[in-house]
Amino acid sequence: MAEVAEQTKGAASQGAAHIAPAVKTVELTKRFGHTVALAGLSMEVPRGEVFGFLGPNGAGKTTAVKLLLGLLKPSSGEGWLLGKPVGDLGTRRHIGYLPELFRYQTWLSAAEVLALHCELAPLPRSSWKDEIRTVLDTVGLTDRANDRVGTFSKGMQQRLGLGAALLGEPELVFLDEPTSALDPVGRHDVREIIRGLTSRGTAVFLNSHLLSEVEQVCDRVAVVDHGRVIAAGTMDELLGGTAVRVRATGLSQADKNKLSDFGRIDDEGDQLTFNKLNPDRVPDLVTAIVAAGGRVYEVAPRHQTLEDRFLQLLEDEQK
Amino acid sequence: MPPILVIARLTVQESSRRRLLLALLILTLLVVGFSAWGFNKITTVTNSSGNTLPADQVAVVTSQLLIVIVFMFSGVLALSAAVVSGPLISGEVESGLLLSMLARPVRRSEIVIGKWLGLAILVGIYAAGAGFLEMAAVDWATGYVPPHPADLIAYVAAEGLVLLSLGMLLSTRLPGITAGVIALVAWLIAWIAGVVGDIGTGLQNQALENVGIVSHLLLPSDGLWRGAIFAMEPDVLIASMRALGTFGRANPFAAIDPPPIQFLGWVVVWFALMLALSVWSFRTREI
Repeated sequence: MAEVAEQTKGAASQGAAHIAPAVKTVELTKRFGHTVALAGLSMEVPRGEVFGFLGPNGAGKTTAVKLLLGLLKPSSGEGWLLGKPVGDLGTRRHIGYLPELFRYQTWLSAAEVLALHCELAPLPRSSWKDEIRTVLDTVGLTDRANDRVGTFSKGMQQRLGLGAALLGEPELVFLDEPTSALDPVGRHDVREIIRGLTSRGTAVFLNSHLLSEVEQVCDRVAVVDHGRVIAAGTMDELLGGTAVRVRATGLSQADKNKLSDFGRIDDEGDQLTFNKLNPDRVPDLVTAIVAAGGRVYEVAPRHQTLEDRFLQLLEDEQK
Repeated sequence: MPPILVIARLTVQESSRRRLLLALLILTLLVVGFSAWGFNKITTVTNSSGNTLPADQVAVVTSQLLIVIVFMFSGVLALSAAVVSGPLISGEVESGLLLSMLARPVRRSEIVIGKWLGLAILVGIYAAGAGFLEMAAVDWATGYVPPHPADLIAYVAAEGLVLLSLGMLLSTRLPGITAGVIALVAWLIAWIAGVVGDIGTGLQNQALENVGIVSHLLLPSDGLWRGAIFAMEPDVLIASMRALGTFGRANPFAAIDPPPIQFLGWVVVWFALMLALSVWSFRTREI
């Protein structure tokens, strides 16, 4: 009976681990001396989603990934990967990682590097051949399989690193600036690979400052600056609302101040941009401008890009 | 294959692919060839009466020259061990090579021990190979075989392992070039401290003698080298040095006794400490 109870408990625990988010952190903090590299990161990445972790250089993105992979020890806070505490050795069997600083054994061939990672993963030896062939094909290095890594360009080495991260169909893949050394074709390929990963249920944690790239593939994003998350949510939540640009003359500063009821205004003289304005309120805005004595020449609603939102967030943060 | 053995194999493979083994093999063959020619000349040397040297004198002269040659081999081994082990960990941390490997289910202790094991295998192979070739060349040239050939190889290999272990410990925290230089300088200091200790013995000065004892405990490379010397000396030479009393012990290229068993026990403990410290140091390092 006790054994059955134990089995049930074990099954429940496995079930809990199965439905647990791919990544979860609570107040994860890292300090290097007096410098706070990551301040109280709390977030969840659901299974099978692409999570974009955005921020300017030095914001704490790579620190977060290294903390989650156990390469750095947190100063405080906790983290879980696939339902297990960060640092759990068994969980690493199900994780792929492409570091920002990617470097592989230059004296080995591409196929040998992948075989080494198959061995360390560890994957059944019988599967190595197929695994290696598949990932070489995925990252476009099939014809260079037997060439020494030392003869590869940086872009090819990054492709190889991506291939190593994909071995064994991981449940969670960390990609730290995965396209930093790639040409536009390579970047497109990486986006396709990420889409392929999510289609088979793999969660992707994407560190990047290439916003157009993130915008195209991510389901959810967090923006980090100076070690703090300054915004987080789904792409829709983050980019919610439409910006409206109005070209109008005859408005005094006092008139413009009154118009701030319609949202935050970027004032460039005759060009006024109202951020996060609901399109239904555009006629009211035009009426208000005319009532204040203004002459309206152009009204142009436009959807906010991730770059707009990102820059706006950083600007708000600096104020 | 367990991760330790995978890392050890990778370390051996790297040395092979980077042609370090080939370079050492060619240099060793050159030294052995030249030394065989030189040793052969000893048998043609004549004394004042025009006769070739008797077997006892050939053995003494040969053993002294062999000690100098093996000192060079042990130097090459120590230098190579220090140079290779210096960047063993730090070089791969700095380049990022270890990042993707440490994200695999591999313990840091397995990385450290695997790398040590890989280089220890290379040190053992080099000591055994070079030692065997040199002794075979000497035997061919003069008919002299050191009294304890296996001990000789073991002591030379152990001396190389001392440098390897120190270099690797330093490499867990310091940049490769710094770790390698410190290990090399420590080896030279230990050798000089051993000489100071010998002089202290000859002069019966306890303070100087203690310098040698402490240096042997901190870095046992010189103590092991004395074991290698003892393994090469013929009995007739040891007997004549013993007859000189304490002055017979004041020669840095001679040994009257083998290393005491307590010292050899300490060497085993020292290796264990070095490995344990290296594992602890790397485990607590942030990457």
